[in-house]
Amino acid sequence: MKVTIDGHTIEVEPGTTILQAARMIGGDVVPPAMCYYSKLKDSGGKCRTCIVEVSKGSEKDPRPMPKLVASCRTTVMDGMEVKNFTSERVLEARRGVVEFLLINHPLDCPVCDQAGECHLQDLAYEHGSAKTRYEEERRKYDMVDIGDKIKLHMTRCILCYRCVFTADQITDKRVHGVLHRGDSAEIGTYIEKAIENDFSGNVIDVCPVGALTDKTFRFKSRVWFVKPMLASRSCDKCCGKVVLWTSGKDVHRVTARKDQFGEVEEFICNTCRFDKKHLNDWTIEGPAPIEKQSVISANKYKQGLKVTAPQKIEYGNRPLLG
Amino acid sequence: MGRKLLLEHEHVPGIDGYEVYRSKGGYQAVEKALKSMGPEAVVEEVKTSGLRGRGGAGFPTGMKWSFIAKPEGKPRYLVCNADESEPGTFKDRYLMEKIPHLLVEGLILSSFALGANTAYIYIRGEYKWLVDVMEKAIGEAKHNGWIGKNILNSGFNLEIYVNNGAGAYICGEETALIESLEGKRGNPRIKPPFPAVSGLYNCPTVVNNVESIAAVVPIINLGGAEYAKIGLGKSTGTKLISACGHLKKPGVYEIELGVSVEEFINSEEYCGGIRDGHRLKALIPGGSSVPVLPYHLIYKTANGDQRLMTYESLADGGFATGSMLGSGGFIAMDETTCIVRNTWSFARFYHHESCGQCSPCREGTGWMEKVLHRIEHGHGNMHDIDLLVDVAKKIEGNTICPLGDAAAWPVAAAIRHFREEFEYHIKYPEKVKGIYAHLPDYSAVPV
Repeated sequence: MKVTIDGHTIEVEPGTTILQAARMIGGDVVPPAMCYYSKLKDSGGKCRTCIVEVSKGSEKDPRPMPKLVASCRTTVMDGMEVKNFTSERVLEARRGVVEFLLINHPLDCPVCDQAGECHLQDLAYEHGSAKTRYEEERRKYDMVDIGDKIKLHMTRCILCYRCVFTADQITDKRVHGVLHRGDSAEIGTYIEKAIENDFSGNVIDVCPVGALTDKTFRFKSRVWFVKPMLASRSCDKCCGKVVLWTSGKDVHRVTARKDQFGEVEEFICNTCRFDKKHLNDWTIEGPAPIEKQSVISANKYKQGLKVTAPQKIEYGNRPLLG
Repeated sequence: MGRKLLLEHEHVPGIDGYEVYRSKGGYQAVEKALKSMGPEAVVEEVKTSGLRGRGGAGFPTGMKWSFIAKPEGKPRYLVCNADESEPGTFKDRYLMEKIPHLLVEGLILSSFALGANTAYIYIRGEYKWLVDVMEKAIGEAKHNGWIGKNILNSGFNLEIYVNNGAGAYICGEETALIESLEGKRGNPRIKPPFPAVSGLYNCPTVVNNVESIAAVVPIINLGGAEYAKIGLGKSTGTKLISACGHLKKPGVYEIELGVSVEEFINSEEYCGGIRDGHRLKALIPGGSSVPVLPYHLIYKTANGDQRLMTYESLADGGFATGSMLGSGGFIAMDETTCIVRNTWSFARFYHHESCGQCSPCREGTGWMEKVLHRIEHGHGNMHDIDLLVDVAKKIEGNTICPLGDAAAWPVAAAIRHFREEFEYHIKYPEKVKGIYAHLPDYSAVPV
């Protein structure tokens, strides 16, 4: 089947979604995705950041689709033509979605543990606006400990449902889910309890924002001050292939390896993640590849300091830390 | 007098019981269909009749039926959507309360046409007493051999179950209803696949409104062609309208589609006019989610034609100067109504009822509600009006299910037609403060 996205044509298998096809093309045509996760069945369709315009339905039925569609859940048809970054309508709607995701999200990245590896931060940088039009009070929750290893801060959650799908599909029993509805919806265990499971730590890796964080790493260091190293060990529960976040001889945290779209390559067990925090436990394979643009690659490569003129930044009608 | 097909015997004493219903010609359509027609013939009659879904969207019922997939070895289901929760709509309640056997008969016919051996009635949580009403009617029908195994020796088996919702507006959306019926959280599914291919328990499913299913009975009795003669153009048959608001005689009326809006509001046969000494200011013709019509566009369309109670005439002029027939929740408002407050009230409802799955609806409905709350309470700014229009525009069409549209349309329409009223609220907050009593409390969090 042939599909054309932003002028790039690619041949794909039937059943491929527009997003998958765009990822196969790669580069600039890939729509951002906050809730879709290729490793998790039934994920996607919720955040609406990946919406695209189908300007030609298929070879058989060339009519365009009237509404913008979620590219992660729409399968391609032969001869389909899709507009992503070339459609002003898509960019406008996406700006709207980013704004919606941010209105109740605290804008306190400097004190958030996820800063530097947060997908919402990247999304807002690429598609958001420097101003906020939201003048109302933001939604707030208290922080919750779900077990001694995972911290849940609902204030930052964008309700992507990834952690729910992970618990359903990776672990043997899900004990958390979405409670209530609308903008009062929250991730929770209903009656506060620990999520205890050999693979529960993976919910931290799939969380696109700082809602689920690793308590053993929280506020130990900023991610761009630690060095990511590929490492492995033979583990009887999982693949044992991880990224160690180190500084000197200290291992600050262990995460699963992620691909270029920020998705976990293979899920890892809690023993590898939380209990093996010595370099001796691991075979080091070398430095983990980090995208050049990522803030994590800062401080890793020596560059001449460039002095630039101070820029005027517009903060909108509210202080930045409102 | 307009012709009545559904509510013909509404005032006959005991019509809610089996004996009286049968004596008034009840279950004749089932006899006719099962003995002398086949399932395909029933579908054909419904197609010929031009019946359009009565739940709000107005999609042709016969066409919906013909989309159902028929794979080998998989059961098919019929689900009756009785989760009537659109503010202003209460026609299905009336129908089920008065003549429950009409719905049962319609369900038998529709299930027969679709080849479904199991049918469900999903009744909204707040209609708890209707569960007993429907179960009693189903029990009587079963006792008399209209439901069960090998009905009328035709080889057709059917069981009908009643399910009570838990009181969520979103469960009126067909895929959320299916999720809820399966015992899950009532979140709409992402389409495709559509229920006709993979619905309840991943089997082909048709979800129809109560009134659509009941209308199959007169269609079979009269014949599709005869039914299509009633009404006007593509709006065939009769429609139940639940009229409320500042009318002299609010209530449920069965109209032949094609009656003029002016006649419906002012004639003694129907609503009897606006309450004494008041003038009509605005009209919501099809339940709270459709755009509001201002006074000068109610009786006449923008190009001067008479506005009729049909799908086409009410939608004349698109959303710029028209509205929708929707579910038939007819809300008339006189000049004492504050449009800002009314819009806020609707926005509050949609904010409370959003399921929270997709970002535009989850965040946008709350945002609109908060801004409208501010304007209504005297803390608005002029730029808030354009902000509301823009937020509504960004929700519309970008959500998983139509709830986002339903939340955005009334806000956009109210500002389109009553902008000066919003501006007045913002300019003179002290003049509009405290005029109206508080709205009902939605604050109880469902557990």
